[in-house]
Amino acid sequence: MIETNDLSKQFNGDFWAVDGVNLCVEPGKILALLGQNGAGKTTTVRMLNALLKPTRGWARVAGYDVTKKPQAIRANVGVLTEQHGLYMRMTGEEYLEFFGKVYGLDPQARKRRSDYLLQYFGIAEAAQRRCGEYSKGMKQKLALARALIHDPSVLLLDEPTSAMDPESSRLVRDEIARLQSSQRTIIICTHNLAEAEALADSIAIIYRGKILLNGTLDELKRIVLGPVEYEAKFAHDFDTGELNLPQGVTLASRSADSIRFQVEAPQAVNPLLVKALASRNAPLVSFQEVPRRLEQVYLKTMAEAQGVSYAA
Amino acid sequence: MQRNLSSIWMVAQREFTDQFRDWRIVVPMFLLVTLFPFIADDTTRQAVSFMNRFGGDLILDNLIPFVVLVIGFFPLSFTLVVALESFVGEKERGTIEPLLSSPIEDRHMYLGKLLVGITTPLVFSFASIGIYLILVSRREVTFPSAYMLTLIFLLTFAHAVLMVSAAIVISVQATTIRAANLLASFVVVPVAFLLQGETILIFWGNEDVLWFAIIGVTLLASLLVRLGLSHFRREYLLGREIDTINLKWIGRTFSSRFRGRALSIWDWYRTELPISLRELRKPLLIVVGLGLIAGLVSYFWVVTNVPTYLELSPERVSEFRTFIADNLNNIDSLGERLPAPILFLHNTRTTVIFLLLGLISFGTLGLTLFIGNIALVGGVMGAAYLVGYSPLLAFGAGILPHGIFELTAIFIATAAVLKVGAQLVTPQPDKGLGEILLIALADWLRVFVGIVVPFLAIAAVIEIYLTPVLIKLAFPYL
Repeated sequence: MIETNDLSKQFNGDFWAVDGVNLCVEPGKILALLGQNGAGKTTTVRMLNALLKPTRGWARVAGYDVTKKPQAIRANVGVLTEQHGLYMRMTGEEYLEFFGKVYGLDPQARKRRSDYLLQYFGIAEAAQRRCGEYSKGMKQKLALARALIHDPSVLLLDEPTSAMDPESSRLVRDEIARLQSSQRTIIICTHNLAEAEALADSIAIIYRGKILLNGTLDELKRIVLGPVEYEAKFAHDFDTGELNLPQGVTLASRSADSIRFQVEAPQAVNPLLVKALASRNAPLVSFQEVPRRLEQVYLKTMAEAQGVSYAA
Repeated sequence: MQRNLSSIWMVAQREFTDQFRDWRIVVPMFLLVTLFPFIADDTTRQAVSFMNRFGGDLILDNLIPFVVLVIGFFPLSFTLVVALESFVGEKERGTIEPLLSSPIEDRHMYLGKLLVGITTPLVFSFASIGIYLILVSRREVTFPSAYMLTLIFLLTFAHAVLMVSAAIVISVQATTIRAANLLASFVVVPVAFLLQGETILIFWGNEDVLWFAIIGVTLLASLLVRLGLSHFRREYLLGREIDTINLKWIGRTFSSRFRGRALSIWDWYRTELPISLRELRKPLLIVVGLGLIAGLVSYFWVVTNVPTYLELSPERVSEFRTFIADNLNNIDSLGERLPAPILFLHNTRTTVIFLLLGLISFGTLGLTLFIGNIALVGGVMGAAYLVGYSPLLAFGAGILPHGIFELTAIFIATAAVLKVGAQLVTPQPDKGLGEILLIALADWLRVFVGIVVPFLAIAAVIEIYLTPVLIKLAFPYL
């Protein structure tokens, strides 16, 4: 589990890189931390891994306080850093062997984990080659294997699929999902919004060290973009005239062959809405939720934070 | 213990592997080790031949130990490359963060890297010396004694530790190899001077004099290792991403430490200065103790040894007395030849030099200069005794009147320098080296401005206008 309260970090006595961050990630859950470059994601992750001491506030990771038990935290956390950080003159196998030793695994466990991870990420054949000869994607896979070598209960992943081809990205995403199902607590820092949308149980958007939004994707959509929108499509141009809309429904937009509504409580209201349309003999072809992406949420939030207008 | 050692070895082993796979390190090292002894051997042969023709026995006798020292030093210049690569190189390539994210302790990481930084160049250095000695052994020249060679091996080892530990301190401060290389001149240049000093010792003194160099370099190296240990911290290594000068922060940190909580100059003198003086109690005790020892040892050394060296006979004593009388004849007009402000500036400059030397040596060179000064006072008193004047009277009339202020100022200034050195090597988990340095300098300046400068000004006036009168009164027959 990861829990923070007012977590803050100041550099040089005058710059708050992270300011009052409150997070809570339960075991088996994934939090995606989104933000621009320099927003404070890496500093947050470094504090959670006890690499940087908070200037204010506290954080507990894997049951340990970051300031009181830094060694225990590092032993229980797997970190994928922003740069892959491989030693270019070591072979993949040597690299994992070294980090296995660093994390205190016995020789058999090192060998077992190393073989498994190399196999899993499809780089077993390159295990005897120097890391300097690896492609970008292979390097990223090996770095991820390093983060997992000690089978940690908490994972802090900075851009886990950057530089990977689609197949490898899929593989990594599957691995993250598998780790989630085995009750790991995971934070992913990413710029890949589709990935965050696909993997994360909750999403936090950080800007200039402060968390602007934190919640599930649905909550964020509701907060930023308003109530869910539904679109009724007609077989041909159709004038619905003055509709008697049920309570909790507002008309969002209208075109010749479609109409959109914002609905507060879809489960209760949508049957009434469909009934209202049917009573007008509307040639209804489809009635479905208008898809809203995380990208819209993110861009609108950032635009508001920067005081610029957001064009959907 | 075993866990600590295995942790250190784990870090070292990886570094060794990495180094020996890096042709940029291995090839130059190999060339340096194998080629340089042959070049040096040929140079030695020509130098010996030259001196056999034209004389120069002193140089001839000590030439080989000198060349051994130089040959040993060349591969050591690689300690900087290895150390900088190992620290700032890892930082720049981003490989240090996964390591820092692991449970390895800071000190294990530091010691592992220090071990590699020292061992590799040292092995090459000793190998190079070995090749040279084999080559020299075939020639008809005086082969250095085993004792001399042991001393040079020890000195080479101390050089390696000194350079690596200094390079690590630099590495921790820098964020790029380029910046670290620029800063490395702060290691290379002083060590080059050090080597020249040691060369003088080899040619000038006997073998035993080298022990002073060994002890001095080892002491400095130990302080640097301690400094490195106290500042090699994850927080500090990752907290700095770019090398920028934050003048605002520097000014704020320095001035807030200098001013303290004082609201006015009077308030500062009344409340802040006593705090600084209280903090100086321990270093002051050390300085006073060392000063007393230096003065007394020097006094008794002069009284015991100088008569033999100078073959003091009653006639020579009489000559000295006449010489002193001639020199003190126009002491009344001292102020015309040496105005008080000039004397004041001279003494102030000396205390600043104490600080500058102290800064590059964690207080030790400043302290050495102070001991030299006090030993000089002791020596002068001993000389006064030898030529028949009362040393107590000479001290009471010639030194004490202005010395009350001047010696007090110098004792306090030296204690402040010692404190600067101690602050630098003392771990302070919440502060970086830059901040500690600023605080230490602000502390020093408080004492310097608050006490040392006013006391030196008073001392200069007394020394020029009162001391000569008192000397005349104490020694009317001069």
